Amino acid sequence: MEPLSWGAITLRMLAQFAPVWIALIATFTVSIIYKRKLGLYGKLFDSTIGMIGFGLVMFWVFTAILGGPMDMIVTHDALTQISGLKNKTPGVVVPGAQENGLYSYYLLGGDNLARDVFSRMVKGSWVVIAIAPLATLFAFMVGITLGLPAGYFGGKLDTALSFFANLILAFPVILLFYLLVTPEIVETGIPSYMAAVLFIFPLIFATVLLNSRYHTQPRIRTPLLIGVLVVLGWLYLSTISEVGSKIAILPSFLDGFDVPGGILVVFVSVVFVNSPTVFRIVRSLALDIKTRDYVAAAQTRGEGAWYIMLWEILPNARGPLIVDFCLRIGYTTILLGTLGFFGLGLPPESPDWGSTINEGRKLLSIYLHPALPPALALLSLVLGLNLLADGLREESLRD
Amino acid sequence: MTKSDYDGPILEIDKLSISFFTRLREIPAVMDFSCVVQPGEAMGLVGESGCGKSTVALGVMQDLGVNGRIVGGSIKFKGRDLNAMSQEELRAIRGSEIAMIYQEPMASLNPAMKIGNQLMEVPMIHEGTSAADAYQMALEVVTDVKLPDPERILKSYPHQLSGGQQQRIVIAMALMSKPALLILDEPTTALDVTVEAGIVQLVKDLGKKYGTSMLFISHNLGLVLETCDRICVMYSGEAVETGSIEDVFDKMQHPYTQALFRSIPLPGADKNTHPLVAIPGNFPLPHERPSGCNFGPRCDYFEAGRCDTGHIRMDEIAGDDRHGSRCVKFREIDWDAPITVGEAKEKAEIGKVVLKMDNLKKYYEVAANALFGGGDKKVVKANETLSFEARESETLAIVGESGCGKSTFAKVLMGLETATDGEILLDGNNIEDIPIQDRGTDIVSSIQMVFQNPFDTLNPSMTVGRQIVRALEIFGIGANDAERQQRTLELLDLVKLPREFSERMPRQLSGGQKQRVGIARAFAGGARIVVADEPVSALDVSVQAAVTDLLMEIQREEKTTLLFISHDLSIVRYLADRVMVMYLGHVVELGDTDQVFSPPYHPYTEALLSAVPIADTSVQKQQIVLDGDIPSAMNPPTGCPFQTRCRWKDDVADGLCDIDVPPMRTLADGHQIKCHLPAEVLARMEPVIKMAAE
Amino acid sequence: MLQFILRRLGTMVLTALCLTFIVFFLTNLAPNLEKVAKTQGNARMSDQDVNSWLDKRGYLAPLPVKYGQWLGILPGYTHQDDDGVITGRCISKDNTAQTAPTFCGVLQGHWGLSTVFRKPVLSVISERLALTGWLMMWVMIVMVPGALIIGVFAGMREGSRTDRSLSTVSILTTATPEYVSGVIFIALLASSKFGISPLLNEWGWIETKTLFKGTATSAMKEITFVNFFLPVITIALYGMGYIARMTRASMTEVMTAQYIRTARLKGVSFPAIVMKHALRNALIAPFTVIMLQIPWLLNGVVIVETLFNYKGFGWTLVQAAGNNDIELLLGVSVVSVVVVLVTQLISDIGYVYLNPRIRIS
Repeated sequence: MEPLSWGAITLRMLAQFAPVWIALIATFTVSIIYKRKLGLYGKLFDSTIGMIGFGLVMFWVFTAILGGPMDMIVTHDALTQISGLKNKTPGVVVPGAQENGLYSYYLLGGDNLARDVFSRMVKGSWVVIAIAPLATLFAFMVGITLGLPAGYFGGKLDTALSFFANLILAFPVILLFYLLVTPEIVETGIPSYMAAVLFIFPLIFATVLLNSRYHTQPRIRTPLLIGVLVVLGWLYLSTISEVGSKIAILPSFLDGFDVPGGILVVFVSVVFVNSPTVFRIVRSLALDIKTRDYVAAAQTRGEGAWYIMLWEILPNARGPLIVDFCLRIGYTTILLGTLGFFGLGLPPESPDWGSTINEGRKLLSIYLHPALPPALALLSLVLGLNLLADGLREESLRD
Repeated sequence: MTKSDYDGPILEIDKLSISFFTRLREIPAVMDFSCVVQPGEAMGLVGESGCGKSTVALGVMQDLGVNGRIVGGSIKFKGRDLNAMSQEELRAIRGSEIAMIYQEPMASLNPAMKIGNQLMEVPMIHEGTSAADAYQMALEVVTDVKLPDPERILKSYPHQLSGGQQQRIVIAMALMSKPALLILDEPTTALDVTVEAGIVQLVKDLGKKYGTSMLFISHNLGLVLETCDRICVMYSGEAVETGSIEDVFDKMQHPYTQALFRSIPLPGADKNTHPLVAIPGNFPLPHERPSGCNFGPRCDYFEAGRCDTGHIRMDEIAGDDRHGSRCVKFREIDWDAPITVGEAKEKAEIGKVVLKMDNLKKYYEVAANALFGGGDKKVVKANETLSFEARESETLAIVGESGCGKSTFAKVLMGLETATDGEILLDGNNIEDIPIQDRGTDIVSSIQMVFQNPFDTLNPSMTVGRQIVRALEIFGIGANDAERQQRTLELLDLVKLPREFSERMPRQLSGGQKQRVGIARAFAGGARIVVADEPVSALDVSVQAAVTDLLMEIQREEKTTLLFISHDLSIVRYLADRVMVMYLGHVVELGDTDQVFSPPYHPYTEALLSAVPIADTSVQKQQIVLDGDIPSAMNPPTGCPFQTRCRWKDDVADGLCDIDVPPMRTLADGHQIKCHLPAEVLARMEPVIKMAAE
Repeated sequence: MLQFILRRLGTMVLTALCLTFIVFFLTNLAPNLEKVAKTQGNARMSDQDVNSWLDKRGYLAPLPVKYGQWLGILPGYTHQDDDGVITGRCISKDNTAQTAPTFCGVLQGHWGLSTVFRKPVLSVISERLALTGWLMMWVMIVMVPGALIIGVFAGMREGSRTDRSLSTVSILTTATPEYVSGVIFIALLASSKFGISPLLNEWGWIETKTLFKGTATSAMKEITFVNFFLPVITIALYGMGYIARMTRASMTEVMTAQYIRTARLKGVSFPAIVMKHALRNALIAPFTVIMLQIPWLLNGVVIVETLFNYKGFGWTLVQAAGNNDIELLLGVSVVSVVVVLVTQLISDIGYVYLNPRIRIS
């Protein structure tokens, strides 16, 4: 058999992505039909930039979900090495594919360990899509829970919290990563302790949110709070506790899932690095919104401070926060790539884009094909997030 | 082009139509607008917000932005069509022949450029004047606008001047090249009343001195009466009536003009015997205008079949000087028919004392240097020795300009701040030291507040119903959600809003409707004392009356004590039982409405009364223009707070005003003033406002 | 003003102390020390050997004591082994146990010895920092004017075609981290097999095999356009988009301000409006961003120096961190913290000077 031409490679890749195209078309059709009823999300479909951004982002989201846990799209196993395909150029024929029931080509060639570049790129998207939005969400929880009181109360609390935020921001990110994301540090359990601290913020957030809203009606509040706290508490304990590690609070039969130490430390450091910036944004928004009359109205009817912060200020800060959320997912993606690029945290065989670029760059002047696909993939995802944020900002400013 | 060889009308606008284009539709902002301004004439353009008056001005300047376009008609300036001019030609005219003055003086000056350079730029661009000559011209003009120490002013940055001074600079800039036409777009709206009076006087004098024609845009009929020769009333994009001031004010020929005059509080209106007549309904949105007459749906004379079909033209009124009306029925309406007044209301019985303030003081410590922090602390005396009583069913008006301490007083009363000294007694119990979080629900719910800015008073991301229900929850009213829902609907009935509104988001409501929701929320817990902080000042004239009436009506029913904070003396005279005048944290005068509005006055009250424009040609006012601006509360004058601007200061012996704060003196039963003036001087004072004998 | 600067300096010192303490804490954790002992001494040391190795070098003292020694406010450790030989922090070839000073920390100018480079930390850092200084300088020269011009042109007429295309370019550059753009640039411009270099070579336009060099190692001796262009442009592009977008936002805001309308209706021409009225107001915000960008560039420097094998400060950081070279890491963090804080200070002061509204009040 002959190696594939570039045209054939393109066609075959398009075909491999078929499930993604179907999902994308379905999403866009439904969204455009109902766009007038969907609020800000619907308005996104009035802006070309926003639609392009959303399309790019959703492409990778679907690719990650369908290609990652559901094993569609990929042509080969991301870790299997097939001898003879080391550094082979795109479209190369897989020897003995027929007999072993494998896909006949390495569409984007093989890397220096003779693994399929295309499949690794698809699998790599799952690492990013699984970590980046969730880490950003946690960073927002931390930033919001601390930023609101800093902005609302001001004074000594604000000075202290702002000092800490600036302290973390003054740390060069890479130095922090190098110090924090090492096997030695994982061994000491510091990431687990940090996780224990950082992950408690969503719990605090939910509790205060519900309590401030329903404290006048104990009959609703108490069961609701207990229910939510049990679920969140179990999730929290399952996440931080791991049998055999430094924190093993839960007995193993209750421990729902384990997060591998490597992933946990990456996750924690990314949250840690992002939180201070979110804190500063939330703080300045709170400073602005607290001067509004509806906040004064809430104060004059004797509302508690946390009700005002979470139900009067926060919902009205959502516009800028949503925009920043999109941008920040992009930034987190870049950070994850940086970690991979320096070979920190994730296991060396991990197909994530940063690690793959790092491996590919060593032979860059001779073999382009292993490094370029993950680089372009990362670029397009971050670009999509940026365009999406831009579209959202533009649309939320309108009317 | 020379400036002098033209003697026709300065500005002729003929059948002008301007539209803004959005993604979805074309929004007509101005339709079929015509007017003529003769040399030396001042034309007033009056209307509510959104009526298109500012768009006309920008149309004249040919500066409508990306989305705006002139879709019909012509604008001729000295006989030349502005629509047909190139950008080059327009630039030559802008600033040299037509100049414009805006609402926000601070925003219209470049913050990073010295005043002098901004002024000198004008002649340097248009006449190629040398910098030295331009500087001389700038000096002259700054002297003309009566600013002290012109050389220092030319060297300063805009933020170093006060609002009034900035507006004078903007006027000076407009006059630098002696334009033929001056457009003033709400030039005094952002200023305090006493400062506004000075600016208005200045504009009038300079208009005469330079012989400039003026296009004066305002929502305030009184202001137009004081400054203009002719007036054009606009409604929803159209001119509805135009003519000389006398014709339009005294012989109006359009139902909207008539309704407008009936809804503003003129001297003689009274909440019990002569209540205001509010215009029903709401201002139509540009894309929801009715067919036929735009005012039709709100008009008392509406006649189906005639008023709601076809285009209605502006018609001349025979016998008057260029007096026109856009109404198909104006010849049939009996314009002299007396107002059909709703039944005169019973004056409410004033009850027992509910709230008593005794020697209340509130001082703040502020860092002297905001940015760099630290340094000396300064004490700002926001409230000095406030003492008064308020009774059940009584309306006590608190009058004052910016920095007088009325907002601080409200905060202390509400418990958002605690008093530095003195007492606040609610039903005889001290509450001055109890911050709001320590107050019981009954105290909190009995003192509530209505806020000034309707666009800010409701949480934009919560439905109207939810916000009222929340207030009920906090005040512990209703056993369950269903009961609270029911109570919410009743509250909406109380403020005369449809019950469906409980499901709406605040952005779907107009300003007046939002203010009504604010009132409903304040009364949710059965408030006995309501502090209304300028509740109608941000609303359009035609809506103000309705909201004011609503407040009065609820007060009558609920026997509420209303503390009505305002700077607008017309409305205060209309609705207050007693009035308290404040200046720089001090109460300078306190008494019944009649006592305060007739001599003897405190000198500040006198100036304030004179400064408020009144839209009634039969009123004669004494002209009292105060010098300078209100001193900063950070740095108050020694002695009497008002001594820097007082015109009676020389009548007090020994320069006492500079040394001592005057004591509170009782002149008549319940009438107190804080002034050193001897009794015989006070007795000499004449009424500021006199009705001409008719 | 003076008081303001003093207060800021106080905060700086406090921040620097906190940060170095954190670095100290992290690098002195037991597993890290064990790693140091094994890499420096012998990979197959027993736990006991590790302990005595560490003890001999003063690593086993309590953390605050070690930190005090490093700072120079506590006497340096001394250790007497079984043979009676005294070693200590302040004892070296030139200084015997008798003549050695009691205190030798940062305050006395002793930054310690780098275990990786086997040289004094101070000399390693100053040498590497100079190399990075060149890189940063060229980056700023390319990035700042480029970003400002793009931003001003885009923001001048909001919504125009120039605006849309320039904005797209700046979004694209902010979405391209250095390790992606670096890879793409090398592929396109510095590869003898791919991109445009083989073509140019074939046409005889360039004599060398590649248009630019894919490594910048030679730039450490002599900077040329060919060996330095790619690293500089890689860092500059990523930062450029961000500053350009800030400038554009600030410019569009200023262009819709009332005073610009005043100027327009005064008859000022469009170029004069932009130059005289808009520019100064529009550059206040980007100035602070540019200054705050400098510490952020540090990240880019680390990536690019690694990618292009330019042995500057960033490369040193990677070496120090990878080998847990404690003293060097501390030196590196002190330098980076000082850079961050000084730029913050400059940005604050500059903001005050650019903005007359704040200066006077």
